[in-house]
Amino acid sequence: MSYADTNEDVHHGDHDHHGPAPGLMRWVTTTNHKDIGTLYLWFSLIMFFIGGAMALVIRAELWMPGIQIVDPMFFNAMTTMHAIVMIFGVVMPAFVGLANWMIPMMLGAPDMALPRLNNWSFWIMPFAFTIMLSTLFMDSGGPAGGWTLYPPLSLQMGDSFAFVIFAIHFLGISSVMGSINIVATIFNMRAPGMKLMQMPMFVWTWLITAFLLIATIPVFAGAVTMLLTDRFFETSFFSAAGGGDPVMYQHIFWFFGHPEVYILILPAFGIISHIIPTFSRKQLFGYDSMVYATASIAFLSFIVWAHHMFTTGMPLAAELFFMFSTMMISVPTGVKVFNWVATMWRGSMTFETPMLFAIGFVIMFTIGGLSGLMLAITPADIQYHDTYFVVAHFHYVLVPGAIYSIMASVYFWIPKWTGNMYDEKLGKIHFWVSTIFVNVLFFPMHFVGLAGMPRRIPDYSLQFADWNMIASIGAFGFGFSQLMFVYIIIKCVRGGEKATGQVWEGARGLEWTIDSPAPYHTFEDSPIITSDTVTR
Amino acid sequence: MSTATDGYYIPHEAKWPIVGSIGLFTTFWGLASWFNGSGLGQFTFFVGMAIMVFMLFGWFSTVVGESQNGTYNGQVDTSFRMCMSWFIFSEVMFFGAFFGALFYVRNYSGPWLGGEGAGGADVTNAVLWSSYDYVWPTDGPADIGGGFQSMGWFGLPLVNTLLLLFSGLTCTIAHHAIKDGDREKMVRWLGATVALGLIFTGVQAYEYYHAYHALDLKLSSGIYGSTFFMLTGFHGFHVCMGAIMLAVVMFRGMKGHFTAENHFAFEAAAWYWHFVDVVWLGLFVFVYIF
Ligand code: HEM
Ligand SMILES: [Cu+2]
Repeated sequence: MSYADTNEDVHHGDHDHHGPAPGLMRWVTTTNHKDIGTLYLWFSLIMFFIGGAMALVIRAELWMPGIQIVDPMFFNAMTTMHAIVMIFGVVMPAFVGLANWMIPMMLGAPDMALPRLNNWSFWIMPFAFTIMLSTLFMDSGGPAGGWTLYPPLSLQMGDSFAFVIFAIHFLGISSVMGSINIVATIFNMRAPGMKLMQMPMFVWTWLITAFLLIATIPVFAGAVTMLLTDRFFETSFFSAAGGGDPVMYQHIFWFFGHPEVYILILPAFGIISHIIPTFSRKQLFGYDSMVYATASIAFLSFIVWAHHMFTTGMPLAAELFFMFSTMMISVPTGVKVFNWVATMWRGSMTFETPMLFAIGFVIMFTIGGLSGLMLAITPADIQYHDTYFVVAHFHYVLVPGAIYSIMASVYFWIPKWTGNMYDEKLGKIHFWVSTIFVNVLFFPMHFVGLAGMPRRIPDYSLQFADWNMIASIGAFGFGFSQLMFVYIIIKCVRGGEKATGQVWEGARGLEWTIDSPAPYHTFEDSPIITSDTVTR
Repeated sequence: MSTATDGYYIPHEAKWPIVGSIGLFTTFWGLASWFNGSGLGQFTFFVGMAIMVFMLFGWFSTVVGESQNGTYNGQVDTSFRMCMSWFIFSEVMFFGAFFGALFYVRNYSGPWLGGEGAGGADVTNAVLWSSYDYVWPTDGPADIGGGFQSMGWFGLPLVNTLLLLFSGLTCTIAHHAIKDGDREKMVRWLGATVALGLIFTGVQAYEYYHAYHALDLKLSSGIYGSTFFMLTGFHGFHVCMGAIMLAVVMFRGMKGHFTAENHFAFEAAAWYWHFVDVVWLGLFVFVYIF
């Protein structure tokens, strides 16, 4: 059954139905959650290739030992900017785009709670990244002190310094407004009768993510503001000579930074919790424990930050505290992995592209979680810190983790967005090619990392040469196979086999009760919540 | 252009956000260039600020107009309330960063610099800053900024505390007035609140003048100067913002806006004002007294 259809019939009289405005201005002035979601997703895809190009510069330089292609300063600008683009320009906007598209439909709401603010949150992104990327073209070079901007090094940047700081402020405004909007939507716009503990997991994980964002982005803003005044107004926050402490920056930064890495993964957990039940044709195993696990992860993420600082100097008691609290995070994370596997257990599974990406996520994210556990052991981290082992860890959780969940969700939801099925065969090829190359790219980093290869250095000793060359092959393979992704998306947008409203046999939830493509306006009148229309 | 139904109000075709993005872009670009010493930067910054003022004025006028038309229902009102409360929470976290810096220096890194604590702090102190004893207030082992006297709590800061506490009271009286439907009383007491806010800002400005000229206490006076001026400075900025919000509400009240049932804008501004108040109490205790 289709709510949208019945609505059209009954309510044509009293609704003043708006289609999209004509022309280019549609996209500039839109307040429609679907339009804004689309804008976020395209923006993210474009940034993915910009950030990817930077990664390939890095991998090209690391193809062989010695300085070959770029000068070290530019190499460092690439590692810095690659991280900033991928975190703030790709993964976060993609998740916000998915939230925009799906949360109102999952809740049976007509739109986001604050549609104008929603438009602003998006339209900040291109402007902020114009500032951010412009720093690469400045005479004194781009930001080369690493995405964490540790002083005193970051204070020695050239002209780009002030631009980077303000771009971060600018992006922060967008994130906070976007998150406030999401929280208000979830608390205030649910269809009557939908209880919190009936909400789809994607909504739950986003609620908690939005909370993390509202709580930590301002702290980051504070930290970079202190950098700014230390540089331009002679304050001494991070200078021991004036009674401050450079390590204090690291504390403030990671108080934001660790919740930030969970911001990059919690919505992914939500997505996977939709896809696995759908293609296992079973309900999600342990819904309640999923919600509580997500909440505990969010809580714990506030008390583990100094695991990034085991080597920078802390009292022993603090080292121990942060070691144990970090290890505790793997408990709720383990609950989640267990529940996904239990959902698949004895399900009648099929392996369409979204499911392949989801299973790939579960396996490879877990590899990243396990290396995280190794890093959490303080005495071990003294060896691992700032080596390629750390790089391997966070790329396993972020690329076959966060990025895979985004790709999975695009394949999962694109029939709902466009009304067309994507090319299943190409999708599967995309998955397998990506998965082979992503492991060729990142797995060897464990080896060179354990052997002591430092991160963020354009040159390395001879003994690391073989594995680096293999990793670079993986990088180019993975990078170019993403062109397939773009091709599949464009092909699907332009046409293809028509999708039904439900799209997937096992799909449940309000978003699947409306037509495909989803009409421009959905749920202008609240749907009726029954056991069929909520995920549980 | 908008769809008004008995359902949720969804505005269409918003033009202010893009103006806001251009405004912020110009502002930030100008500020960054200004900091880097480019002559055009300052000009660009002010152009950006002008665009922002224009945008805020336009956007809020639209919203106020819609509110006066009765476009919003109770659910929209709830969205606004949630938006404002979470915004204030984000502001709390912003101040948290600076308070955190203050606590960290005073409880941890300051004493370590002075050689206290296990883990080799004594060695570091002996090697790097052997003549340094940590006592708060400090401008660090290198005496950055060159000696100063710290700001006491008695006198002007105490006066300011009383001013702000009192303004919280007048604000609450105004709130009760509008709840009783007495708009004129609301305007009068709001006027008093704004006035108290302005006096507070004046006293604060005088205190800064005093600090710079009589106490040699400057933003550059080591970590004490940094935390003192950044915390009180950001607070003062928020007092100004809050006073502007209250003044807008007051002028709207004079134009006959707000009823006993419908006065969210008042409440939002009042919440903000109380938040600013609470931050000040934190400052008074942790920056001035201890
Ligand atoms: C089982 C859970 C996890 C544990 C125990 C864990 C532990 C750690 C530790 C101890 C470090 C610091 C290593 C060092 O610098 O020496 C680290 C770094 C990092 N982790 Fe994790 N982690 C976990 C999950 C995640 C997740 C889910 C993400 C993001 C999606 C993530 C992203 C990162 C990033 C980006 C860094 C490097 C930051 C940098 O220095 O640039 N981690 N992790
Ligand atoms: Cu962490």
